[in-house]
Amino acid sequence: MKDNVLIIHPRDNVAVALRTIDVGELAVAKEMEGFPALETIPASHKIALRDIFQGEEIIKYGETVAVSGRNIKKGEWVHTHNLESKRWKK
Amino acid sequence: MIQISGYERKNGKFGIRNHLLVLPTVSCVNGVVQRLSREVPEAVCIPHAYGCGRGGPRDLEILSRILSGLIHHPNVGGVVLIGLGCEVSNTKNLFPLIKEAGKPVEVLNVQEDGGSLETSRKGIAAARRILSEISSQPRVPLSWDKLLIAMECGGSDAMSGVTANVAMGAVSDWLVERGATVIFGENTEMIGTTQVLVRRAKNGQVAKQIEQMIERAEKLTQEVMGNLANLVISPGNMDGGMSTIAEKSMGCIVKGGTTTINQVVDYGEAPSEHGLILQDGPGYDGDSMAGLAASGSQLMFFSTGRGTPAGFPALPVIKVASNTRIYEAMKDDMDVNAGSVVEGRPLDELRAEMIDLMIRVINGEETRAEVNGMDVFTLMTVHPPF
Repeated sequence: MKDNVLIIHPRDNVAVALRTIDVGELAVAKEMEGFPALETIPASHKIALRDIFQGEEIIKYGETVAVSGRNIKKGEWVHTHNLESKRWKK
Repeated sequence: MIQISGYERKNGKFGIRNHLLVLPTVSCVNGVVQRLSREVPEAVCIPHAYGCGRGGPRDLEILSRILSGLIHHPNVGGVVLIGLGCEVSNTKNLFPLIKEAGKPVEVLNVQEDGGSLETSRKGIAAARRILSEISSQPRVPLSWDKLLIAMECGGSDAMSGVTANVAMGAVSDWLVERGATVIFGENTEMIGTTQVLVRRAKNGQVAKQIEQMIERAEKLTQEVMGNLANLVISPGNMDGGMSTIAEKSMGCIVKGGTTTINQVVDYGEAPSEHGLILQDGPGYDGDSMAGLAASGSQLMFFSTGRGTPAGFPALPVIKVASNTRIYEAMKDDMDVNAGSVVEGRPLDELRAEMIDLMIRVINGEETRAEVNGMDVFTLMTVHPPF
């Protein structure tokens, strides 16, 4: 099956959707076993590669890009609705 | 062995184009420049909105650095400079900065040269004379260490930082390995990446400059945006899947590759070091391009995900689409489709295509933005006009 997500760095806990992934559809990348998306992941948006706890860092490019604002399950869409910026907290 | 060629300048620099530049010192004389552009279509004419009304020292410094940087630009073989007379950036003030340009520079002033029609007539004659003078200059072999190549991104989407900028980063590393200099700016898009960039600084001084540059950018962002500072990424960026400026920033700085950062230069300042250089310039594409051009970049890569056609006067800009949809939608504006990585194309193959194209562009092949004449010129200002 063709990859539909991209993991930029081995340390990352999110992957980038290469196209829109529907609810229940498997997220596939050559580095990992496929797992179902828990909600629709718009193309170029992030999907959680594992369970992420509230307050945990979101890693992309092998670097911290945000902090989770609540517990996020593997397969969930990761975006502004469940994140905080590490720099300017609300 | 790859052969690249360019035009040798008297100051030891090399251009990859040999343009005649027609530059006003102030917006008041834009009409004269427009008359010239109609009569001498080969000239690169840059009407602009600046030159007066801003008296602060920083704005004056930037203005004179950018205007003189364009006159000195290695891709420029000759210049017709159109002044007014009473403006802040008048030709007398600019003269000390350009008297050693080492190329034909014709200076005219509307208030002294008989008004706008007469100045246009004189300007047209000068432009035609300089064009015929420089058109016979031959290309000569060029070595990579004579090249300064700029990396820019604008109208980014989340794929910019996944496909296009990653590929540009690979080209950056390739260039630095060959002795070329690579520069990128956009300090607001470095916010959140201080630790990443500082780790790569050549020495403690450069590390400190990086830290201070990003701190200033962050402070300014907070001052201007307040609680909305986190939203310094545009709604378009958010739609594209980027959640924070740190995420956008990481996707931005990957375009400079992974080599040591040898110098931090001010906006529009020419680097004195080789290798990878950071410019303390703004994130806005137009302003950023002007700073990178005035530093003497002969060529620019410019990635875009949402799709901007912007090029820059006298500077070939290679547009790299981050996704196939925008590549197809704006095919006439795009030079490279980095979105092909999504369809499974290896990054190495994409990098090879970009290097091959870059060599052809250095040797004279026009980029899409050059063919289409998509010149944009804006520059950074600090204060509003009086």
